[in-house]
Amino acid sequence: MSSVQIRDVRKSFGNFEVLHGVSIPIEDGEFVVLVGPSGCGKSTLLRMLAGLENITSGTISIGDKVVNNVQPKERDIAMVFQNYALYPHMTVADNMGFSLKLRGAKPEEISNGVKRAAEILALTPLLERYPRQLSGGQRQRVAMGRAIVRDPQVFLFDEPLSNLDAKLRVAMRTEIKELHQRLRTTTVYVTHDQIEAMTMADKIVVMHDGIVEQMGTPLELYDTPANQFVAGFIGSPAMNFLKGKVKSNGSAGFEGPNGVKLPLMSAPANSEGKPAVYGVRPEHFTIADDGAEAEIVVVEPTGSETQVFAKLGGEQVVAVFRERHQFNPGDKIRLKPDPALVHLFDETTGKRLNA
Amino acid sequence: MADVALQPRTARRPIREASRWDLIKANRNYLGFWFMLPAMVFLVLFLAYPLGLGIWISFTDARIGRPGAFVGLENYEWLWGDSIFWLSVFNTLLYTSVASVIKFAIGLYLALLLNENMPFKAMLRALVLIPFIVPTVLSALAFWWIFDSQFSIISWSLKQMGLITDNINFLGDVTWARICVIFANIWRGVPFVAITLLAGLQTVSPSLYEAATLDGATSWQRFRFITYPLLTPIIAVVMTFSVLFTFTDFQLIWAMTRGGPVNATHLMATLSYQRAIIGGVLGEGAAISNAMIPFLLAAIMVSWFGLQRRKWQQGENND
Repeated sequence: MSSVQIRDVRKSFGNFEVLHGVSIPIEDGEFVVLVGPSGCGKSTLLRMLAGLENITSGTISIGDKVVNNVQPKERDIAMVFQNYALYPHMTVADNMGFSLKLRGAKPEEISNGVKRAAEILALTPLLERYPRQLSGGQRQRVAMGRAIVRDPQVFLFDEPLSNLDAKLRVAMRTEIKELHQRLRTTTVYVTHDQIEAMTMADKIVVMHDGIVEQMGTPLELYDTPANQFVAGFIGSPAMNFLKGKVKSNGSAGFEGPNGVKLPLMSAPANSEGKPAVYGVRPEHFTIADDGAEAEIVVVEPTGSETQVFAKLGGEQVVAVFRERHQFNPGDKIRLKPDPALVHLFDETTGKRLNA
Repeated sequence: MADVALQPRTARRPIREASRWDLIKANRNYLGFWFMLPAMVFLVLFLAYPLGLGIWISFTDARIGRPGAFVGLENYEWLWGDSIFWLSVFNTLLYTSVASVIKFAIGLYLALLLNENMPFKAMLRALVLIPFIVPTVLSALAFWWIFDSQFSIISWSLKQMGLITDNINFLGDVTWARICVIFANIWRGVPFVAITLLAGLQTVSPSLYEAATLDGATSWQRFRFITYPLLTPIIAVVMTFSVLFTFTDFQLIWAMTRGGPVNATHLMATLSYQRAIIGGVLGEGAAISNAMIPFLLAAIMVSWFGLQRRKWQQGENND
């Protein structure tokens, strides 16, 4: 196990720069999730860490050693691929033991290593099968087993759950997290799914267009997103954004679209009258008599909660309630954001304005 | 609301039981038969009939212009004691084995090379096909000139360089003639092997190589443990075809040497042609042709077992 330092790393394909100076410190034993929309450079960064892509500038170090010019096999990392990349002509045991075999380990050493990993992942009854004879979840576990056998310094996961069905994905998510709690191996995990990121990570790195938008624990990112992109990306359903301007009338407040009055805890300094974006998460709306009037468009009950799509000042917003209301399309309700939990962003830069 | 919109305007017709003719029309086997018929007629006319006729003629003493009478195995008994026939068998086996092994080696090398990322990849891949698209007789004629005893460009170049003083008698010397026809066959056959193996290589997922790289495999180990095992089904197919084509080769030999010198390059196909068409002894020629059948069957059996789905290819395919 060891720490990983990514310092001002850039990557260009020809003249096209896809990573514009990314720095991420990763502590020993930490579970870091790189998350972002497709094309943000997260997979490229992971492949650079693995040594499958070269580094245009900047440095990556594993432990104390800069690995820019170190061959992939010398980096002591193991990677789980999105399509698992299991060798189709080898049994599960051979797949898992392949790296040891290449290292020139003795047969009993290989079988011990494979057995140990198979026990951790409950793969023992499948060891003599071929990848084709396995289900998606089993293949996924074999791919992880192959990584565990190597006992590497760092685990790399490249969207490992995206080929699984929804139910299995949730189960594997827990399994991977549990595995990490047991092995405590430094892990870098790439996904585009913010729920995976929120549930598994010690630290989330939100990437967008080749830069790091924000880095922090899941709850930090949820509670205080640094900008509008992170605010919209983390959380489901996504945060509602309403354009308008700060307008304090005695107490702090915000004038939304079509003059809708929305509450603010405190206006940022020198912000009076300035255009801004008001962000409120769906779960932070309440029904209150002093709320803003909204007309219900669609009601979607999920059992544990109800999602309500409504027009607020002409803009569609979504609110989530855990209590059961009797709502019908066309009903008028009064929605009030919790002023302590609203977010204010600069209209042009998207930067967070309130503390 | 829905029942208003869906009110039938006319009375429904009573449900009719399917007639026999309806069932036949919907029967996939019946339809399949009609789709298969053209191919079947073609195969019977141009493959099964000539093959059957060839086997029949080999049991007669037919000559050109004379139907001939049934003579049983006489033609085969005669061949058994014919040293030229046995020489042609030896030549064919030598020609096929040497040419196939070298074609496989060069073809695999080229395929691996063309599978790498390099400049002008598409153009190079197209260039490799050139020997394959030139008509065989044309390339044979070109080789005939290249290996000509007086005007050979090879002899001329070597003389200019001062390496030899006299022309090499390429097609007049037993060993040289064999080397030359094998060389020409390799030149012609490599593109087929290379392009087919290249197609096979491209079905191997790049992530397998990446996984192997991370597992610590050198490029030789990646070939040995990943590429080669995954390519074996394709290798079996391409080498079967290559062996069949080489074993039955006729054009190249006939255009370059006509089996000479002193029958040193006579293959079974050329000997059969010479005896049956040039010599007019149809029965004996047919017998020589039929003598190829056991060898070809053996080659097909080898590939049949080589092509058996391996254990790792079995099982459900849900990826």
